[in-house]
Amino acid sequence: MGRRALGVAVWVVLVALVLLAYAFAPRFVSDFHSRDLAEAGMFFIAIVGLNLLTGYTGQISLGHGALMAIGGYTTAWLMVHEHWRDVWTIPLAGLAAGIVGFLIGLPALRLSGLYLALATFAFAVAMPSLLRKFSGITGGGQGLRPIEEAPLQITGLSGTVTIFGHSMTQNHFLYYLSWGIGLIGFVIAWLLVRSRVGRTFRALRDSEVAASSAGINLARAKTLAFAISGVYAGVAGALVATMDQIVNPLSFTFLLSIVLIVGAVVGGLGSLPGMVVGAFFVEYLPDLSTHVSTKPGVPDFVYGAAIIVVMILLPTGAGGLLRRLARPLTTRLYLRP
Amino acid sequence: MLFAFDWTQLAQQIVIGLASGGVWATLAVALVLIYRSTGVINFAQGEMAMFSTFIAWSLVHHGFSYWGAFFLTIAISFAGGIAVERAVIRPVERAPVLTVVIVTLGLFFVVNGAARWIWSPETRSLPNAFSTRPITVAGVAFSIQDLGTIAVSLGAVALLWGFFQFTKLGLASRAAALNPEASRLVGVRVSWMLALGWGLAAAMGAVSGMLTAPALASFDQNLMQPVLLYAFAGAVLGGLDSPLGAVVGSLLLGVLVSLLGTYVDWIGSELRLPVALAVILGVLLVRPAGLFGTPQERRV
Repeated sequence: MGRRALGVAVWVVLVALVLLAYAFAPRFVSDFHSRDLAEAGMFFIAIVGLNLLTGYTGQISLGHGALMAIGGYTTAWLMVHEHWRDVWTIPLAGLAAGIVGFLIGLPALRLSGLYLALATFAFAVAMPSLLRKFSGITGGGQGLRPIEEAPLQITGLSGTVTIFGHSMTQNHFLYYLSWGIGLIGFVIAWLLVRSRVGRTFRALRDSEVAASSAGINLARAKTLAFAISGVYAGVAGALVATMDQIVNPLSFTFLLSIVLIVGAVVGGLGSLPGMVVGAFFVEYLPDLSTHVSTKPGVPDFVYGAAIIVVMILLPTGAGGLLRRLARPLTTRLYLRP
Repeated sequence: MLFAFDWTQLAQQIVIGLASGGVWATLAVALVLIYRSTGVINFAQGEMAMFSTFIAWSLVHHGFSYWGAFFLTIAISFAGGIAVERAVIRPVERAPVLTVVIVTLGLFFVVNGAARWIWSPETRSLPNAFSTRPITVAGVAFSIQDLGTIAVSLGAVALLWGFFQFTKLGLASRAAALNPEASRLVGVRVSWMLALGWGLAAAMGAVSGMLTAPALASFDQNLMQPVLLYAFAGAVLGGLDSPLGAVVGSLLLGVLVSLLGTYVDWIGSELRLPVALAVILGVLLVRPAGLFGTPQERRV
């Protein structure tokens, strides 16, 4: 088989496998577990966005949970006050978080490395108190409760959702929704990192000095990366609000931001397929660790130990491992004979 | 007089601020120690300090006096810090910075989980280290506990400074942090110097934990999380690579938070931390490397 034909075949098979897995996964999981799968999809979206910022642009953010809060609150607010249908709020939630991401990107121009990490972490830590303080918009500690205040706007409240004549349970719908958006987000991210913009990001990550002397506008590239990444986080937050049907300050604590960065690093910064692994890791590990023992403290101990062991064994995350496993194939495809 | 300013209250609030700032300073110095030698922020620093505090609690519970437990705990924490570095940090020594940061996040969960596993999650208390009676200076009553806390925390920082400044081992570890390759060439065991840094950081953390706990009516395994946040803020304010900056930054922050909480009603207790963080962000925008940090130079 020629190299070109082999390359095309590999792609066709990969895409077909992904689409089949997406379409038929709910057949193999119960309604209850498809909710977990849906949640993994939401993590996936946020982590892909974080990877664009941290993995490809080199700007460490420990505050993406706060951007998810912006998205989640936008969705809940639009449902409660403007009576929008939940799914239609998602684009606006992404836009709102994108704008906030852009605004965070402005001070980020002056900060670098771990200073930026701590500044964004401060944003994540401060978010719950801010949400409580501005209770006129956010509902304070109570939060916003579409389930009580706008139940008619919730898709599938009756238990089933019908799309194009197929009816499915609400949790299966959430699965299709979050992974559907996740796949679209993945493709956009994939195209982005291969475009001029993506090359700009990577140039800036590898050396700001070299990038600026090559004519790259650092300020524009950095704020753009923050804004795009914010859109992903906002969409993920909107999906979380859609699933939980309630948002309050405790839905988006700084622990969420930490979970996201753990997912991105375990998945492998600078690798998009690795993010699937990262999302499943942060979704299922807490649950798995309660299986070891439910004695107080043991699940956390196991959770933390698992993170440490994975990082020691795979310092470049799952993405690094995938690259190594696929090397025989990629070498064959891309090197000149 | 329509508006009489209460100078007594101001002086008291400043001392209270310095006392909390002093506690944050010990933990901030621990963070800076590790940042300087490895370029990593240790997110588990607060939890390690919490673990030390629980060790101190056990010792007191088994009949030690507070100060006996204090010094024994510092020694145990020093050994523990070295052990942690050897066990989980050394394997990722050459990995990307973020990988090491994630390891410290994992360590956060491990240490917190272990403490709840060993000491079951219920509230407990430590005896007061100092007399609770107030002392009057120039007509203003201060609590001895606050003054003692300031003295002990600054004393611990001064001892650490003396170690780095005046001992051969201190010189070697400063060299290892500054230029690992060159130090290796002149025979400094750089890897062990990193472990030493972790040990010292754990010991400093133990001091901050054991000063935090007695001031609270009761504490549990989440005792050090707010302290860690303020220590982060103090260290960033002063400059992450400057121990002096960490101390000054934390003390300034302590006074600032105390005064803001007292005099600005709108802030109250809810917004204290966010406002403090906003102030720091403002400082960082003017001086991106903190008040005392080394500015990064760029050459084109």
